[in-house]
Amino acid sequence: MSRGNRWLWLAAILVYAFLYIPLAVVVIYSFNDSRLNAEWVGFTLLWYKTLLNDHEMLLAARNSLIIAFSASLSATLLGTMAGLAIHRYNLKVLPVLVFTPVAMPEILLGVSLLLFFLQVLHLTLGMASIIIAHTTFCVGFVAIIVRARLQGMDESIFEAARDLGASSWQTFRLVTLPLIMPAVVAGALMSFTLSIDDFVITFFTKGVGEPILPIQIYTMIKVAVTPEVNAVSTLLMLLTLVMIIIASRLEANALADKTSATGGGTGT
Amino acid sequence: MALLEIRNVTRRFGSYTAVDNVSISVDAGEFFTLLGPSGCGKTTLLRMIAGFDLPDSGEILLDGKNMVGTPPERRPVHTVFQNYALFPHMTVADNIAFPLRMAGKSAHEIKAKVAEALNNVRLSNFGGRFPHELSGGQKQRVAFARGLVNRPRLLLLDEPLGALDAKLREEMQIELINLQKEVGVTFVFVTHAQDEALALSHRIAVMNRGIVEQVDEPSKIYGFPCNRFVADFIGKISMMDAQVVEAAPLYLRLDVGELGEVTTAGKYGVQTGDRGVIAIRPEQVRISHPSDEPHFTNYFTGRVHDFLYIGDVTTYIVELANGARIEALLPNSAPGRATFFEVGDEVGISWRHDSGVFLQ
Amino acid sequence: MKAEEAQRKQQPAKFFVAGPPMLFLLLFFVAPSLIMIVTSFRFPGEFGGLAPFAPSSVPVAPIGTPVETGFTLEAYEFFFGDIIYAKIFLKSFAVAAATTLICLVMAYPLALLIARSDKRLRNLMVLLVVLPFASNFLIRIYAWMIILGPESALSHFINTFLGAFGLGPVSLLFSPFAVLVGMVYVHLPFMVLPLYTNLEKHDRSLLDAAQDLGAARWQRFWRVTWPLSLPGVFSGSALVFIPVLGMFAVPDILGGTGDILIGNLIKDQFLGTRDWPFGSVLSIMLTLAVLSVAGLAAWFARSSGTERAG
Repeated sequence: MSRGNRWLWLAAILVYAFLYIPLAVVVIYSFNDSRLNAEWVGFTLLWYKTLLNDHEMLLAARNSLIIAFSASLSATLLGTMAGLAIHRYNLKVLPVLVFTPVAMPEILLGVSLLLFFLQVLHLTLGMASIIIAHTTFCVGFVAIIVRARLQGMDESIFEAARDLGASSWQTFRLVTLPLIMPAVVAGALMSFTLSIDDFVITFFTKGVGEPILPIQIYTMIKVAVTPEVNAVSTLLMLLTLVMIIIASRLEANALADKTSATGGGTGT
Repeated sequence: MALLEIRNVTRRFGSYTAVDNVSISVDAGEFFTLLGPSGCGKTTLLRMIAGFDLPDSGEILLDGKNMVGTPPERRPVHTVFQNYALFPHMTVADNIAFPLRMAGKSAHEIKAKVAEALNNVRLSNFGGRFPHELSGGQKQRVAFARGLVNRPRLLLLDEPLGALDAKLREEMQIELINLQKEVGVTFVFVTHAQDEALALSHRIAVMNRGIVEQVDEPSKIYGFPCNRFVADFIGKISMMDAQVVEAAPLYLRLDVGELGEVTTAGKYGVQTGDRGVIAIRPEQVRISHPSDEPHFTNYFTGRVHDFLYIGDVTTYIVELANGARIEALLPNSAPGRATFFEVGDEVGISWRHDSGVFLQ
Repeated sequence: MKAEEAQRKQQPAKFFVAGPPMLFLLLFFVAPSLIMIVTSFRFPGEFGGLAPFAPSSVPVAPIGTPVETGFTLEAYEFFFGDIIYAKIFLKSFAVAAATTLICLVMAYPLALLIARSDKRLRNLMVLLVVLPFASNFLIRIYAWMIILGPESALSHFINTFLGAFGLGPVSLLFSPFAVLVGMVYVHLPFMVLPLYTNLEKHDRSLLDAAQDLGAARWQRFWRVTWPLSLPGVFSGSALVFIPVLGMFAVPDILGGTGDILIGNLIKDQFLGTRDWPFGSVLSIMLTLAVLSVAGLAAWFARSSGTERAG
């Protein structure tokens, strides 16, 4: 290892430490037998027990899961269509509509949806408004993933299908869909994760009704901090960790073997 | 009636004309090749036959019916793509079965036909493999099998051998000829490799910048190119400016400036006084020591300007008194010596009284 | 023309596939944005929200109070009238710039290392950078509440250190420092990934050539690696700068009362004082700021180093 690389490694380790120590602190203190997040007293599962008995929190978790499922379903559907359309047709407007919500600060989307729901639709803010809001900003992510997958594929496969007698629908069903499926699933998982985690947009579109998980956490942080927050944080981290690993495995798998079916080579 | 008739087809992209009023007819059972440099329009034409593009004007008739406007999936025409385009998520057997499925054949029939197709390309045990498990040559054979399995009226091949290395390419060329004979399907083959075209085809259409220069059998294309482009594109050729002195039915006498005169075979439509070039293939030119008796009637002396040794033959580039350079081919059949002549040697070159072609 | 006929036949499929997402986004993205623009020109209602557009028979305010209706530039005048809003915008830009710079300095060595490592290690390292992103956004901020809190080991350490010099105890939390740390922490992965994607594509032989021609280590970095990495630097910077501009959660949780940024202002208008027109004006101003930054970043990225490094 060259001398320069040694400094790079040092810098890298420091950055990784910076990234992980705070999270480690949260996890460790979730087992701490003390109200304060100050110093280690002893090991306990008290906070997890409190968590499981906290009805408000459990309700919030249930609501968040329902929202995440619904939003990820609709976002995946719309996002896949958008990704396909943008890749296949030379569209001007749709790409802008799809990708802008991804790039701009979430607060703008949250605020404008708040106005829209109350002013125009006269909709009482609640689960429905949150699901719509989450779908709106997740569509872009799914579209990006699906489109990237399509761009990496050899176009002549679709032509070959039609050449051999398949109609547009058959081509989609038998060739396109199976090949983009990993991207679609990755997009669904990503949407699910983004939805469960979302704070800003949920904050504005939630209204005063149902408890939602990130908002609950926020309230606890601002009002009465107890290590119960640490416990729920740790559990959430575990959940999203699993989701991300599954998603990245799928992407890697799909890209690796299946796309090397075209192109020439040597040997008989 | 020809199987495929292309009538006055034109295709423009903006101000650029890719295919310019092309008319070609292909007979049933033929191995027909579209040959030309990149950008000559051959691939565009092929795509129009397949249905992936529409001509701006003209007709494309298959068995007498105009196909223009019919989408690719409804044409009895299949394509073998340049990079094979095998479906990566399907097995070899499923790939080959695909057109049969699209045609609604019974499962029983599909199974039988797929087995037969695999047999034809000598991949009988590969049905369960996936494309990414195959070598280049194997993928190619699957692509052929897939295109032929339901005996289309026409099989289009878009430079399918382009990605293979030289040795494999030669083997596949022979396989392709045999396959076509066995199956009897009409092939329309696109390539820019003129040696490949000469080896495989019954007839060749040489294309350049959107127009068809010449359509003929390989030997005629090679031996009697109709213009300078075709002469130069196919094989190697040397050219010298010439003017017709006498135009008889069986021969032409040409004035080649300070070198004197040259005779060549007669050509229809040529008149005294016409200007052009005399074109000679290297294998028609004999090289010899200046002291030897001239082999043929058309004899000149010159100096060896350069040579290219390729193992079996050596090509000598001889510069004549008027500055013209003529290539002469000498087989290295005599053992021991690598070359007979060195750069700067005085040599004599000659060719038969009826060799070469006069082109205008 | 025949070719156009076929294209027209393609249309139905196009509508089926592009239609639904387009409609959805027009309805739930474009329309709300337009509503926001319209709202910025309205009067605020007595009890929050908006005053009615036209005089109505339904009382919206205690009898006797004048109710203004219709369109107005009042909210805009309010914004431009007080220098404090400009100051807050400026502060937000400053925080965004500082965050971006710090993220760049921290992310670059890491991205460089990842790009130079071999394939398997690389994927693992990238995953390790992305994983903290897997934790909930609030948790990442909350973690710093613990670390910077007055009872934490870090606070004790720093204050003891300062105490030795006779300097008073300092509160790490609820300060601009905490806000900055929080912003950097949340956005660091966004800088690492684009940088890494760019650096990975660099052609190793360019560095070898430079070395062969006599360039020392630092020169090789400054004259070869850095210029080629600029597009990645700009993407990463945009991905950090823009969200930071609009962020309110970090100052809200980690900052003191004087540390509010644009995002906090906007949040207050909509959920606190409920002055919607003014909140809309603020949002529009933020949008314009974001658009200009995005435009600038795109322009920079295009004009410098658009050639691929490979």
